[in-house]
Amino acid sequence: MSHAVQEVLALTQRWIRRLSREKFSMLFTLVQPMLFWLIFFGNLFQRAANTQLFQTENYMSFLAAGVVVMTVLNNGLAGGVDLLFDKENGFLERLMSTPIHRASIIVSRYLFVMLITCLQILVILTVAFFFGVTPETGLAGVAVILVIGMLFGVGLTAISMAMAFSVKSHGDFFSVLGFLSLPMIFLSSALVPLTAMPAWMRAVAYFNPMTWVIEAIRPLILSGWAAAIPQVLTALAILLVFDAICLYGGARAFRRAIG
Amino acid sequence: MSSSIAIEVVDLEKTYGTVTAIQDLSFTVLPGEIFGLLGPNGAGKSTTLRILITILPPTRGQARVWGYDVVKEADAVRQVIGYVPQERAIDRFLTGREHLLLLADLYHLPKREALNRINELLKLVDLEAHADRLAKTYSGGMKRKLDIACGLLPNPRIVFLDEPTLGLDVQSRLRIWDYIRELRRRGLTIVMTTNYLEEADQLCDRLAIIDGGRIRVMGSPKELKTALGGDTLCLRADPSQTEPLDRLHAALKTLPFIRDSRRQGYELLIRVDAPDKALPAILEAAHRVNCHIESIDYHRPRLDDVFLAYTGHRFQEPTQ
Repeated sequence: MSHAVQEVLALTQRWIRRLSREKFSMLFTLVQPMLFWLIFFGNLFQRAANTQLFQTENYMSFLAAGVVVMTVLNNGLAGGVDLLFDKENGFLERLMSTPIHRASIIVSRYLFVMLITCLQILVILTVAFFFGVTPETGLAGVAVILVIGMLFGVGLTAISMAMAFSVKSHGDFFSVLGFLSLPMIFLSSALVPLTAMPAWMRAVAYFNPMTWVIEAIRPLILSGWAAAIPQVLTALAILLVFDAICLYGGARAFRRAIG
Repeated sequence: MSSSIAIEVVDLEKTYGTVTAIQDLSFTVLPGEIFGLLGPNGAGKSTTLRILITILPPTRGQARVWGYDVVKEADAVRQVIGYVPQERAIDRFLTGREHLLLLADLYHLPKREALNRINELLKLVDLEAHADRLAKTYSGGMKRKLDIACGLLPNPRIVFLDEPTLGLDVQSRLRIWDYIRELRRRGLTIVMTTNYLEEADQLCDRLAIIDGGRIRVMGSPKELKTALGGDTLCLRADPSQTEPLDRLHAALKTLPFIRDSRRQGYELLIRVDAPDKALPAILEAAHRVNCHIESIDYHRPRLDDVFLAYTGHRFQEPTQ
């Protein structure tokens, strides 16, 4: 057991070191979602947003939940990319030839992705706070947001790692990533409420787990506990199924690739 | 635990779908020797190595490393081996020392022991001065040295090196050879793949020549060369001399001291028993059949002659 801890901590430390030394990449990772989506998009559409439809005077407080979940989405889907590079340059083989638990590599990756995602969510909520967004459910609500975000991230990261272990080249990986990410966002309630979507898009959005995660986080920011609790419970149930499917697929891909 | 056999491979086979990477592979490696797998690209060397280091399961057959089965006792195998991969498996964003610290944790070394060993290894491969620089600033030779230090960190009984000097300049190659010999002096068993004939010849105690997924011949470089018997004469004629060359080739069959001869393009490759007697006789025969010779090259048997004799084709070294 203490061996596993030693392995996971060492591997996680490596991911953090890598990120901290790619200064440019780190800046973009941390800043991009809040700059592009929250600040630009949020302010751009402030006047265009129909306050009746969005149930709030401040479009940004509507958008905050969407940006939080988009961040989880992007971090999760990119979560496998470093493993892909490790696979391609032979570093993974080096790791696999050492007497570590095979799962330590996966667990370390999870720890890292979760850590970064939590930090980003907190940064986003802080920035939103300065634009006048105060979560109705307070700090306890923020904690629940983090938990739901992490649970969504578990499944997404599993998809990403499964892809990393299965694709032939990183070109394929990034193509699929680009193909997945934007439709997931537009076919969810990240930018507009479900009621404002065209019927066919709304129908698709119902099958997008991201919608349910957003629908749980949004009332935590906008409305308060009474409205949020049923939504949170629904999201938890959906995430349980989503994560189980993703983890099963991820484990299969991992076993096929590693043996 | 000690063992009288370091590695034992029996009837190993690996297939990918319908493609057979290696088959009928059997060999043993003795403790303390440098064992080489020599062959061209795609011959099956790396596949063999990857099975031995437990990251690729074989389709059929058995392999035991230090007495442990590579499939059923993979974890035990991983405890006694060190691996130096072929690709520059280096994380550009870590320093040399951080690579070693990471591996120390993966091999579960206690902190103090890890720090001591890391310092010792950095000294061994002359990287002390560069240990705290990011690996992306390292030259090819330095990365290779770091690779080797990483392979040695677990204090292994057996070190596996995959093409240890591929693409390195001559200077760095000689340094790496020195390190490998130093490891043997310290009692380690070394298994390496190479597609450099000279490397196999100079460095390996014994080697297996692999071609097309099979072992063609096995032995010490000296044994292999002597077993061929005779020396090699390579006789090159002008391209206009096709017919005279054919006549000479025929005439050689009647000469004593000649073991065999092969026609290749405008060349005759002749293996002779006693060059001092054979050479005048061959020249005389050439004169007799009116064949003009451009050049004659004579050498003691080399590994490329061994390769040609057992595989039927010439060895292609990777171009630098």
